[in-house]
Amino acid sequence: MFNIERWQEIFESLSKNKLRTFLTGLSVASGIFILVILLGFSSGIQNGVTSQFERDAANSISVWTGVTTKEYKGLNPGRRIQLKNQDFNDIVDKYDDHLEFKSPFYTIWGGLVNYKNESGNYRIQGVLPDNQFIENADISQGRFLNHSDVVGAKKVAVIGNKVSQDLFKGQDPINKDISLYGINFKVIGVFYDPGGERDESKVMMPITTAQKAFNGGNNIRNMTYTVKMSDNFDEAVKLSEQISLGIENDLKQTHIIAPDDISAINVNNTLEEARKIYSLVDTIKAVFWFVGIGTIIAGIVGVGNIMLIIVKERTKEIGIRKALGAVPMSIVGMILQESIFVTMFSGLFGLIAGLGLLEVIGPLIESDFIKYPQVDFNTALITVFVLVSAGAIAGFIPAYRAAKIKPIIALRDE
Amino acid sequence: MGTNSLHVLKGINFNVKEGELVSIMGSSGSGKSTLLNILGMLDEADEGSYTLDNVPIKNLNEKIAANYRNKFLGFIFQSFNLINYKSALDNVALPLYYQGVNRKDRIEKAMHYLDKVGLAPWSHHLPNELSGGQKQRVAIARALASDPKVLLADEPTGALDTKTSNEVMELIQGINDEGKTILLVTHEPDIARMTKRIVNLKDGVIIDDNFVEQVRANQYV
Repeated sequence: MFNIERWQEIFESLSKNKLRTFLTGLSVASGIFILVILLGFSSGIQNGVTSQFERDAANSISVWTGVTTKEYKGLNPGRRIQLKNQDFNDIVDKYDDHLEFKSPFYTIWGGLVNYKNESGNYRIQGVLPDNQFIENADISQGRFLNHSDVVGAKKVAVIGNKVSQDLFKGQDPINKDISLYGINFKVIGVFYDPGGERDESKVMMPITTAQKAFNGGNNIRNMTYTVKMSDNFDEAVKLSEQISLGIENDLKQTHIIAPDDISAINVNNTLEEARKIYSLVDTIKAVFWFVGIGTIIAGIVGVGNIMLIIVKERTKEIGIRKALGAVPMSIVGMILQESIFVTMFSGLFGLIAGLGLLEVIGPLIESDFIKYPQVDFNTALITVFVLVSAGAIAGFIPAYRAAKIKPIIALRDE
Repeated sequence: MGTNSLHVLKGINFNVKEGELVSIMGSSGSGKSTLLNILGMLDEADEGSYTLDNVPIKNLNEKIAANYRNKFLGFIFQSFNLINYKSALDNVALPLYYQGVNRKDRIEKAMHYLDKVGLAPWSHHLPNELSGGQKQRVAIARALASDPKVLLADEPTGALDTKTSNEVMELIQGINDEGKTILLVTHEPDIARMTKRIVNLKDGVIIDDNFVEQVRANQYV
């Protein structure tokens, strides 16, 4: 392997046939290049999808209501279903063993918020302290709502980072009063949300306060629960599916809704969605690997083909070498090493070109579904390993043939 | 290569002593090349025995045959069979590479043999930059480089004109004078007369085997 003479021979024979070497190299290099790009994008899609789910807890069940569409037990269709505190509490009582975080919401869309002369329209939500974990929100200043805020229906608010920037212009908002429709609330915290600006343009307060301040009575708009995760993803999906179904049926019973009415009660189970999307990502990944490996195989077959031609062309030379005392192993070694060298060199070239391209265009991609396309170290290692074995496979048959050449036949004068 | 087998040699019995210069003659199809190939371990006889330097040559696998060829034999071919992308020097050094000689010694020894055949100034030329006679002399240097017991020459002058043939034969006679055993296949009586013993083959058998008065090639040069 580290024999200068043999390397010299390889370089001599490669440089004597520049075009052939170039074309062989190109087929391998482009195979690896395409594989790297495909793998990069499949990981990019995975990153993108994962970050979509980071916005909120991935294992949540959300419930909201609409209008009935079917006549049921003497009740007319077109009835608007209104969720009450009681609905929320019933569900909590019934499924407490399986639920982790829970919060009802009383929401005012586009509520006017003032601080001194600054004002803006933001979503105002009455929530429970658990909502911090449901939304995956991070507290950057102050604190989130707590139990005593809720029990005492205190006039306190936690504002999103965007709200803080808009209204306070960099001042410390903690313990300042903001005014919502003329009612003053004390800011007790600022939060960040991985969902970005949209989720940070919110003002959250205890649900009790919101219902009182904005004439909500005991109405709630919607409610969200998170399901306790078990280690087994499929089991967790099953459990949250069951709970979703249970909640839907319970609500339909209490509100007297036809069992087959699909628009009155909406239960959205993100885990089920997550499973679908993850399995889609897995499928995409598998397809990308399949296509990539297919491309590499095409490259390998090309190399093998060319090595066969090379052996054919060098039949006489191999015969001479054997007559001079070359053992079959040294002939096999020579052909194999040449083939591994070509695949290795051009493959690494394709690998580096692919990684380079991902590095350059990766940050330029502005899509929610593709983020940081990259190939991790292990995958790169696997590709290199595939390359070396590919080179060996591509070279083996031609090398074996070369070793079998009988010098007497090779040396026969044409 | 068909499936029909053809008996080419039908009972050959002869000995060559060390230092002999033997020519094997015969018309085409007489089996002289087959004989040489068997002697050169490029081919194996169906029956019979072959002993070289007290070593019985039989049941050869490829690896052993390669090692014996490398150690015992030097080949000279009609069409020279030089490797065309290697310089004259590297061609001569090739058998030494397969003997496992290190690079420095290889080059030194190859240079010595090139000098012996009078081609030292051409050492870095490629074969296609050399004349036919020069090519054959490179091939002779290559055959000598591994210091073999026997040189086997298959029509060494077949592709050369008379003048160059004589030059090559002079070189071969010189090598023989130094004690090297040489077997030479030819169909030219002029060339055969420059050896010391002529074996005539016809239809796979030896029809006569005579020691002759050697004609020195240098008287023609």
